[in-house]
Amino acid sequence: MKLGTGWALAWVTRGASVISDHRVELITLDREIGDGDHGENMDRGFTAVIAKLADVSDDATPADVLKLVATTLISTVGGASGPLYGTAYLKASGAIAGKTELDGEALVALLTAARDGIVLRGKAESGDKTMVDAWTPAVDAASAARADGKTAIDILRAAADAAEAGAVATEPLVARKGRASYLGERAIGHRDPGAQSTALLLRAAADAAAS
Amino acid sequence: MSVGLVVVSHSEKIATGVVELARQMAPSARIVAAGGTDSGGIGTSFGKVSTAITEAEDGGGVVVLCDLGSAILTTETALDFLDDDLRAKVVIADAPIVEGAVAAAVTAETGGDLAAVRAAAESANRAEPADSGAVPGDAAIPPGTLTETATLVNRDGLHARPAAEFAKLASNFDATVTVNGVNAKSLLGIMSLGLVRGNRVTIAAEGTEARAAVNALVELINSAFGE
Repeated sequence: MKLGTGWALAWVTRGASVISDHRVELITLDREIGDGDHGENMDRGFTAVIAKLADVSDDATPADVLKLVATTLISTVGGASGPLYGTAYLKASGAIAGKTELDGEALVALLTAARDGIVLRGKAESGDKTMVDAWTPAVDAASAARADGKTAIDILRAAADAAEAGAVATEPLVARKGRASYLGERAIGHRDPGAQSTALLLRAAADAAAS
Repeated sequence: MSVGLVVVSHSEKIATGVVELARQMAPSARIVAAGGTDSGGIGTSFGKVSTAITEAEDGGGVVVLCDLGSAILTTETALDFLDDDLRAKVVIADAPIVEGAVAAAVTAETGGDLAAVRAAAESANRAEPADSGAVPGDAAIPPGTLTETATLVNRDGLHARPAAEFAKLASNFDATVTVNGVNAKSLLGIMSLGLVRGNRVTIAAEGTEARAAVNALVELINSAFGE
């Protein structure tokens, strides 16, 4: 089974809704180890994205949708998440350029490119207590699922499960990047907000494929 | 075709303040502020940074100063969206925003190229060696160098605008010039000497225009920087 523009639009819409629903949670996580604006920034960005979806043409590809998300987030999210998520969606768009339908291989390429974009932009490594700690497990799980011959939906589910576990796994870490890195051991016990928003968005991707 | 500067801060006030301060020292340098979010709040704006870069560019390239981490991320993202020609001549200086901008502005105004302006900004990172106080270190001056002493009579001594005038004037000469052992063409180096009115300074120069440099700088000091 392949996923097309309908799925991309559903992912974005569902993602915006989930971010909005979890806005306070993300603010709280970010207040504990950051500057408290992650939920607000992401909600503003995705609200702007939803408004822009009206401009998407009928023959848009999934890549076109992701690119629109990228440029909108970059110019509305602010903080570090704007450049990070913006670059993620931009690179993801590039990885699936021209395709009207995405199979397992394309989905893995999409997720990998997104993760690589974040690493390129933010220069974080696994274990730094950042969103990379949700993205990398997601990419690895998606690759493994694909190698096992799983369907597109199952690949996305594997990615979402791994991202959620990855986000939880940031709790005991000391931050080595970003605003939280100024806190030293006080960051221990708190989940990284960027990893949490990643988990939410990747779960939205999987749910959009199942709907 | 001088180098332009962009000052990126999470705070609109910081960015405009830094630009205002830098303009005190380098009135004709092209410096553009890009601080705060689009709505004027705390944060950085991809749009403001992108616009500022194109405004600052005048053929000589642009050096960007940033405050905290995500200002760099936003700027790097903005660079990604530039066309290749412009991107090739925009650099982000790794420097403290106030000191770096001030040093860079002075170098840009004296016609420094992209590499020189960036280096000036980044000179703010090193603690410039300074004989604070006015003891002219004779041991530090190589034999054969022209030297002359003068006493600061202007109100501010060798700070702020007078320091900038001094550095700019020194930069005009084809010579290696020091003031109390510190590079006379380095604004931050001069300012780190902490020289005030009444202090004596020793100007030393070597090179083709050494005599002209010493004469001009001594005259500048003796004239109280035109006060």
